[in-house]
This record gives sequence, C-alpha cells and structure tokens, in this order.
Amino acid sequence: MSGIPHDHYEPKSGIEKWIESRLPIIGILYSTLMIPTPKNLNWMWIWGIVLTFCLALQIITGITLVMHYTPDTTLAFASVEHIMRDVNGGWALRYLHANGASLFFVAVYAHIFRGLYYGSYKAPREITWIIGMIIFLLMMATGFMGYVLPWGQMSFWGATVITGLFGAIPLVGESIQTWLLGGPAVDNATLTRFFSLHYLLPFVIAALVAVHIWAFHTTGNNNPTGVAVRRTSKAEAQKDTLPFWPYFVIKDLFALALILAVFAAIVGFMPNFLGHPDNYIEANALATPAHIVPEWYFLPFYAMLRAITFDILFINSKLGGVIAMFGSIIVLFLVPWLDTSRVRSGRYRPMFKVWFVLLVIDFFLLMWCGAMPAEQPYVIISQLGTLFWFGFFLVILPLLGLFEKPLPQPETIEADFRAHYPDAGGGDVPAARPTAAE
Amino acid sequence: MTRHLLLSGLVALGLLGAPAAVQAAGGEQHVHDYSFSFEGPFGSYDQSQLQRGLQVYTEICAACHGLKFVPFRTLSDHGGPALEEAQMRAYAAQYEVFDPELDDFRPASPTDHFPPSSLSNAPDLSLMAKARAGFHGPFGTGINQFLRGIGGPEYIASMLTGFTGETEEMAGTTLYENEAFGGYMAMNPVLLGDDVEYADGTPATVEQEALDVAAFLMWTAEPKMMDRKSAGLTGVLFLILLTVLLYYTNKKLWAPHKGKGKGPHA
Amino acid sequence: MSHVDDDGGSRRDFLYVATGAAGAITVGAAVWPLVNQMNPSADVQAMASIQVDVSAVEPGTQLTVKFLGKPVFIRRRTPQEIEEAIADLGGDVSPLGDQNARNPNLPPDALAVDENRVLEGNEEWLVMIGVCTHLGCVPLGNAGEFGGWFCPCHGSHYDRSGRIRKGPAPENLHIPVAKFVSENVIELG
Repeated sequence: MSGIPHDHYEPKSGIEKWIESRLPIIGILYSTLMIPTPKNLNWMWIWGIVLTFCLALQIITGITLVMHYTPDTTLAFASVEHIMRDVNGGWALRYLHANGASLFFVAVYAHIFRGLYYGSYKAPREITWIIGMIIFLLMMATGFMGYVLPWGQMSFWGATVITGLFGAIPLVGESIQTWLLGGPAVDNATLTRFFSLHYLLPFVIAALVAVHIWAFHTTGNNNPTGVAVRRTSKAEAQKDTLPFWPYFVIKDLFALALILAVFAAIVGFMPNFLGHPDNYIEANALATPAHIVPEWYFLPFYAMLRAITFDILFINSKLGGVIAMFGSIIVLFLVPWLDTSRVRSGRYRPMFKVWFVLLVIDFFLLMWCGAMPAEQPYVIISQLGTLFWFGFFLVILPLLGLFEKPLPQPETIEADFRAHYPDAGGGDVPAARPTAAE
Repeated sequence: MTRHLLLSGLVALGLLGAPAAVQAAGGEQHVHDYSFSFEGPFGSYDQSQLQRGLQVYTEICAACHGLKFVPFRTLSDHGGPALEEAQMRAYAAQYEVFDPELDDFRPASPTDHFPPSSLSNAPDLSLMAKARAGFHGPFGTGINQFLRGIGGPEYIASMLTGFTGETEEMAGTTLYENEAFGGYMAMNPVLLGDDVEYADGTPATVEQEALDVAAFLMWTAEPKMMDRKSAGLTGVLFLILLTVLLYYTNKKLWAPHKGKGKGPHA
Repeated sequence: MSHVDDDGGSRRDFLYVATGAAGAITVGAAVWPLVNQMNPSADVQAMASIQVDVSAVEPGTQLTVKFLGKPVFIRRRTPQEIEEAIADLGGDVSPLGDQNARNPNLPPDALAVDENRVLEGNEEWLVMIGVCTHLGCVPLGNAGEFGGWFCPCHGSHYDRSGRIRKGPAPENLHIPVAKFVSENVIELG
C-alpha cells in the first residue's frame, strides 16, 4: 500500500506468522492505528472521531430500539410510548438516539466546513471528499426517514412535504412520488419501507466510512498548513508526523469526552429542546400543523428550497426550489474542481478567508430563515442567502484562484509545528513563519 | 359533568379540527411563566401536587379527555403520584374497559390504560405537556426555550386560567376567547374555582387547580423525568472527570514533542 | 516512540491508569442499559401478578383465566368432590406416578396428598395451571376415568386433585403461586 513511509507490523511469534500469512488483519489494523499523522493538526481535526462515535451510537441505540418498536401506522406511536414508559431505560435509548442525530449533524457540518477552510478537498483528496459527500447525503436520507418512524404529526407532514418535492420533476415526477410512497399518500406502505431503509442505510454509511478512511490513509491527512508530509524517507516523514496511536487517539478522546459531557446535559436536562412539540401528537392525515418545520439540520437547505418563489423560463417555482435544494449540495461535490487556487489551506489565502467567513454566516442565516414562516422579509433574505451560496461556489471560488495573492506557506509541517512550539526538539529552523495562527 | 358533556358534544358535532383553524387566525399568545417544582436539573415532582392534579383530571378533564398511553399501575410508581397499591386498584376499578376476550366491559385492572378521549375533538392528554410549547423566540432563535424550558405545563396552566369571558358564535357553535390559546377555542372555561375539594385542605382556586393538573399532565407526559435527570447528572459529572483526566493524559503525552516539561530534549 | 518511555515517574503511571480505569467504567456503564433493555419491560412485569375475583364461582364449577400466557383452572369443589378426592387414596401416595405435590406455595418435597394440592388451608379451592405436563395441551374438566381432568391429545387422566393417574404425562398438573388476598380475591403470582 502506498502512503507515508512508516513502520509496519512484523509478526514475531509462530502464531502471529501463521495468522498473518493467512489473513493479514493484524497488519492492517496496525497500519491503520499507527498511521503517521501530521503533528500540527489543530482542534478542528477531532470531528472524525466524533462522527465515528455518533455512527456507532446511532447503530447501537437503533438496534435496541427496534427490539421494542412496531412499524405499523396503528401501533408505531404507541410503541414509542411503550419504549418511553415501560422498557427498562427505554427513555434513555430513545432520547440518546433522537439527540444523537443532532450531535451527528453538528459534527458533520463542523467536519465539512473544516475541510472547506483547509482545502481538504483539493488534489489528491478528491475521492475522500466525494465519498464524504455521499455519506452526508445518506445521513440526510437516514435522518429524514428516521424522523418519520415515531409517526407523530411532524413525521407525517414532513414526509408528505419532502416526498412531494419529487412530484415537481417534469413528466415522471408523480410516478416517482407514488413509487416512493407506495400509494397516493404517506401511509403504512411508506412507514414500513422507511423503516427498512432507515435500518439499512447506516450500514451502508459504515462501509463508506471505511472507504473514506482508506482513501485518506492512502493520501495522508491534510493539515492546517495544507503542506504535504515529506515522503522521501521514513526519517523525514517522522519529523512531520506522529503515530495516530496514542497521540491523536488520546487527543480526540479528550475532545469527545468534553463534547459528550455537553451531550449528556442535553439528553438529561432538555431532551426535547431540539425536537418539535407537534411530534408528540399522533399523525393525523386530516389536520396539518400550523407550521411545518424540518429538523434543524435540514433548515439551510429547506430555506433554499423555499427561496425560489418565482418561475425561471420554463422551470416553475416548485421545480426551481427542488433544483436549488439539490443543487446546493451538488456544488459541494464539485468543489475540488471549482477551486482554482494553487494554495491548499485557507490560512494562507487572505481573500478566501473573508469569503469563507461570509459563507459560514450565510449557512447560519439560511438555517434561521428555514425556521421562520414563509413570508417577508424572510423570503427575500433566503433568496439573497441562496444567491450567495451558489455565488460562492460557482463564481467566487473559481475567480479567487486567479486574483488572490497567497501568503507564504511554511516549507514543512515540522516548521509550522516549531513556530507554535519553539522549544520542540529536532529538525532545522523553520524556513518561513506562518502569519496567521489557527 | 353533564354540562361539560353537553357543551363539548355540541362542539364535536359542528367543529372537528376547529382549534387549529382558529389558532391560525388568532392573535398573540400570552403564556405566564409559572414556576413548577420539577423545573431545573435538580427539580422533582411534588407528590401531593400530582395527587391533587389527578383529582382535578378525574373530576373535571376526564369527562371529555383521555389518557390512553398511561397505565393505571404507574399511579403507584415511585416519583409519580405514588398512590398506595390498594388505592390505585380502587381508582382503576372506577373505570370500565372493554375486554375483547370476555367480549364485554369489565372494571379496569392496574395493567389497563386510562380510556381514550370520549369526544372526538377533545385531544388525548397523555402527552399534552410535551405537545405544546408555551415559549417561543425571540426571532426564531429558541433562546427563550433554552432559558425557560419549552413551556408545556406553563401553557396548560395559562390556558386553563386564560379565558377572557368573550364568546363568539361560529357555525352554530359557541367559541370561547382564551389568551394563552391566542384566539377563540372550542373548549369552554371548565375551572370556576372550588370545582374539587382537596383532601389535603389546599384551597381550590382556579389557579391552584390549573397548576396542579398541569403538573400532573407533565408527569403523564414524562413519567421518567426524575430517572432522566439523575442519570443525566451522573453522566455529566463522570464525563467531566473523564475529560479532566484525558486532558492531563494528553498534555503529558505530548509534552516531550512540544518541548514542554522535562522531555529528553529539554 | 521510544522517548515517551524515557520520561518515567509513578505520577505519570497513576494518571494513565486512572484515565484508563475511568474510560473502562464509562464503557461498562454504557453497556449495561443495552443489556438491561432486553429484560421484561414494566408492562410485562405487571402481568406477572394478577388478582382474580372469584365471588361468582359457584361450587362445582371452574373459572379459567389467562395468566402468563397460559390457562389457569380455578375450581371450587363441592363437599362431595372434596370427600371423594380425599377418600380416593386415603393419604397414601405410593400408587401415584408423581408423588410430588408440584406446589410452589409449599416446600419442594411436599407430597401429593390432596391437602397439599389445594389452596393453603382451603380445600374448597383447587388452583392449577391448565397445561398437560405431557406435551402442553389443555386438559378437559369433569372428564377422564378418575373424575378430574382428561387430556384429549394423548389420553392422560388426572384425578379430582389434578394428579396424574393414567397416561403418558410424567407429572401432576402444576400449581401456580396463589393465595387469597381478600375474601373473594385470589392473587396469582
């Protein structure tokens, strides 16, 4: 396997050699765990572990919930109440699962914006990035279908509205919508298939996570400087890196424990804060809640869906909204080729930095608009926000590479590390000091 | 009791799903931020308040509203109203449930649930305290809910005390203006003061009855709240300890590489 | 990374051990709820004990109730039945295939005499799990060669005390944990 030069597992005893020659699993685990990791990684590189934890948490709590849940429109809501009232610790499992979804999305957004800022999508990490984006899409699908399962009012009407989007597709839209729902409206057939897929997709995600890790273990981690690890020799690589175990495992676990302390406080003291009161009312196909609002993590994209209130040529506003929503994620897929800059990390890109901050603000602005009713002034704010979102990726990002004068980058990761820790031993004096701290 | 049934029956005939429609057209909601014993990380249910609330529910609300997700046996649960076993059995036996095995009605046993609502437009109250938000905003940020809670029980208490006395005829039905609801609603003012006689001698004012039944409905909606808070507190404290330990472990581990402490390069 | 090991000291070791132990406790505490959720839930546990009102059961009739998923026979015997049941073997258990009372309300070695089969101190009431000890069919009442129960599946005959007398069943009909909690109410479980 290519990658940064490092020590490999050497089977010593007879049993180890016997196993390794038949199934080199210890060697693979050793290489994965001991992967040389840039030693200048900052605290934004902890989200991968948090995400892995979230996936495990959701799968484990999910499997236990399935032991008590009944996917049937007449029983689903009552079976959730059975979990909350009768099952031993069932309330904890359900609240962990429901709030675990929120933690999952907090982490994934932090992870994605980290990648955007430090140029983690740029060559040679395009495939890592694209697999990550596929995981993100699957997470959204899984989260959406999971929210339908308790069969509350928001479950039902959220499913109705979101599957209704597919009806906007010309010619085949209505057939697709009917096919998705298994009937003319959201009903038992919809619930059972969403349950099936909600159970399946996390395992698909887990497989893609393995591929995601495989990909960036081949290219090596990006780091805050964007400068590559020296690969000419093992000795030089070791000046830039430290093994993942124990240095980054312990660092990441520290961050994870801190995050989980906050998470435990939310689950213990305000488990319904991030949910909707309407979902404690059983689904009723005859009465729509006054405000249908998706879960907070869908709000920015929901805002872009609602921002298109006008027809564009032959595209009516409904289809336009659907295109805007899916397009807002498709542009993320294209980022590796939309960014024309030769410099990887945003740390050395003065103009990019400003635009990036605006993008983050835009994201939160859209999130806020998505939670507000579809009326002025929120519609116009959503429209401007949507315009900026697409403008950033389709216009600003390509042009920045042409007009921006990047700052000098450090020669090596080691130099960057020593700029932060002047007392750190080994190696030469840094060639150029970075001008911006992380 | 008959009066409530009669009025609500009239409403049911003409106005299925009317509350939502009226609310959309209605004005501002005024929800008073009552304080309850179960608020905050260390708050817990007040057993005698839950028992009073059960009494208000039984004698007034139960005429129209059900509690179909609540089993009678949980009335004896520790942390809830905590009725004596015999009291709880006697309470359950007041209700008749249909038993498909007998193909007949029989007195309810502890394993049975409260009956569902007897009126089609009277919502089930099991989860009402979690299905309503008393607090909103400001400006869609959720800060009020973060600071004061979601406000379900506050909403219920405010609604029960929030009738202005104004009425309106709509489609042959009388609607009643309510400040907490923010408009005209199908439910009539049911609490008039001294509607029940509390065994513990608490004066049965309208506000007292409203607060008691709101607390009781919070318990029916979230019977495991005490377990949750104590588990949450244990979890938070232990994770903070683990965080501190991992902080020092991490610091120690990295010290030689960051040139701090007495590493080999110092 | 060898130079980590150079930096000796028991304080560092203590820190690592404490962190490892705290981590292990956290994982252990997280595993328990995952195991415990598979134990019987509160609604199932509540079914482990039921109260049956027997005021309407006339002498010579039997009430069948469902308890823990199985039928339970609650028979109120007439004075004649009681007399016949006692006179049948006259306290001698040696002719019985199963000499154990099969009554969890009594010590496990109690003999299968009639007074050990009835509700404690109340020979009018016979409470038994209505499941044939052969292969689990439900025996018919007032039937068989011994005036008690007869299992139609493979022809097991039980007497007036529910003891196996003839046929393939290996044991007497089992008795559930049962007692009177008030004048007219029997509690099962």
